[in-house]
Amino acid sequence: MAEYLLMIWDNELVTEYDPAEWQKMAELHGRFYEQVGDKIKGGNALQPPPTATTVRGDVVTDGPFVETKEVLGGYYLIEAADLDEALEIAKLCPSPNGGIEVRPIMDTSGL
Amino acid sequence: MTSGSATAAEVSAAVAAAHRQEWAYVLAATVRVTGDLDLAEECVQEAYVAALDGWARDGIPNSPGAWLTTTARRRAVDAHRRAATLRAKLPLLIEPAGAMDSADLPGGTGTGIPDDRLRLVFTCCHPALGREAQVALTLRLVCGLTTAEIAQAFLVSEPTMAARLTRAKKKIAAARIPYRVPEPAELPDRLAGVLTVLHLLFSTGHTAPAGPALVRTDLVGLALHLTRMLRALMPDEAEVRGLLGLLLLTDARRETRVGPDGRLLLLEEQDRGRWDRAEIEEGTALVADALRHTDRPGRFALQGAIAAIHAEAPTFAQTAWSDILEVYDALLATWPSPVVALNRAVAVGMARGWPAALAEVEALEAAGQLAGYRYLAAAKADMLRRLDRPAEAAQAYQTAIEQADNDTERAFLQSRLREVTG
Repeated sequence: MAEYLLMIWDNELVTEYDPAEWQKMAELHGRFYEQVGDKIKGGNALQPPPTATTVRGDVVTDGPFVETKEVLGGYYLIEAADLDEALEIAKLCPSPNGGIEVRPIMDTSGL
Repeated sequence: MTSGSATAAEVSAAVAAAHRQEWAYVLAATVRVTGDLDLAEECVQEAYVAALDGWARDGIPNSPGAWLTTTARRRAVDAHRRAATLRAKLPLLIEPAGAMDSADLPGGTGTGIPDDRLRLVFTCCHPALGREAQVALTLRLVCGLTTAEIAQAFLVSEPTMAARLTRAKKKIAAARIPYRVPEPAELPDRLAGVLTVLHLLFSTGHTAPAGPALVRTDLVGLALHLTRMLRALMPDEAEVRGLLGLLLLTDARRETRVGPDGRLLLLEEQDRGRWDRAEIEEGTALVADALRHTDRPGRFALQGAIAAIHAEAPTFAQTAWSDILEVYDALLATWPSPVVALNRAVAVGMARGWPAALAEVEALEAAGQLAGYRYLAAAKADMLRRLDRPAEAAQAYQTAIEQADNDTERAFLQSRLREVTG
């Protein structure tokens, strides 16, 4: 088994969710949990990029590390046998306004 | 087992033949022992070197593939033993449970596991790898080309190609791209990816994107070799048959595509008497077979059908253009690509006249999806020339010349430009 980070990228910045939208997203993610909950080891929704603060050395600046049009909206840490399984799970992960980046977690146990 | 001692020339010819025919088989069988592509490659290379001495001494074995596999696997087991502690920490190729069968270690028969080559092909062409990496890995791992040879084939420097291969292999290990043939449910999509790689390899050889020569016979030969191998490994897949048919029918025209003065000859100018009849016969049979065995033919079977209709026509004018148009309609429905739409427009011109064809090309141009495609301007120029609109034709030829990459095509377009302006 290996671990993968599913990063949920949105195409646009939404700073305020209206409750109906929020409810719909919660339902989508609830269904995702029902489908593959046993593979999910963790995950969270993130506050939007304007809330981010970046530290480079000692210098603290306002904003995310990289300014992009796309916004990292949340993530899941999942467990999968191989990339094919991770991609199957990623296809189920809700991302109505963007897509999912799948990144293998580095195994540091032997280092 | 062996046929007595052999001369140096016989041995090097036998090793070269085994390299061409058996590399994928030997490597795929060795990966089962190593679980690591790099180590397997190293062991297989050493086995080929060992064959030069061994076969000169003991004679050429009856089954070179089995000899090479046994030798490569023995080296792999030795390497494992030497480095067992170190290797335990390295990421290994991911195989489904039970695939690393210890009963299959050296000393076994080394035969009858054709699926191993398929796993190798599907791993090299995994959609998580970029297209360029897929092509390079396939040439390296399935065909056994050296990094230098692949770099030369794609006109990039050797360090660039080495970096591309290393990156791809690192991703296979780090992201755990599995070493297996896809499940039946995902097979159609994944097979389409493999066929696209083979088709791209053939196309790169058939019309070189850059450089002095139009055809790179080395790449054409490799693409045909790989597609034949895939056909042997997946005999029931209609699209594999379709692709092999398409490649043979296209390659049958190879010798007639360039005139004695080096000028590019179009389909209508080619000497049909010199088309390769054997390739046409085999290709047509494969395409017919592919169409018979499925209700919904894929893009390669349909493209093959178009090539087959061309191949049986006595002249360009006597081609069954309405049949070709019909197949193009089916092809566009399966595979809606603007490039296909452009080719279809030429068939429209032959079947219904050039004003209709030009209207289709102008619509494609307006849609913008083919911006910069080197054959759009060329097709438009040709239609304007046929419609006797020389000033507009000249302008389109100018654009086409700016976009052409290989010298043969550029010279052809320049001669057409002189024709309409002269």
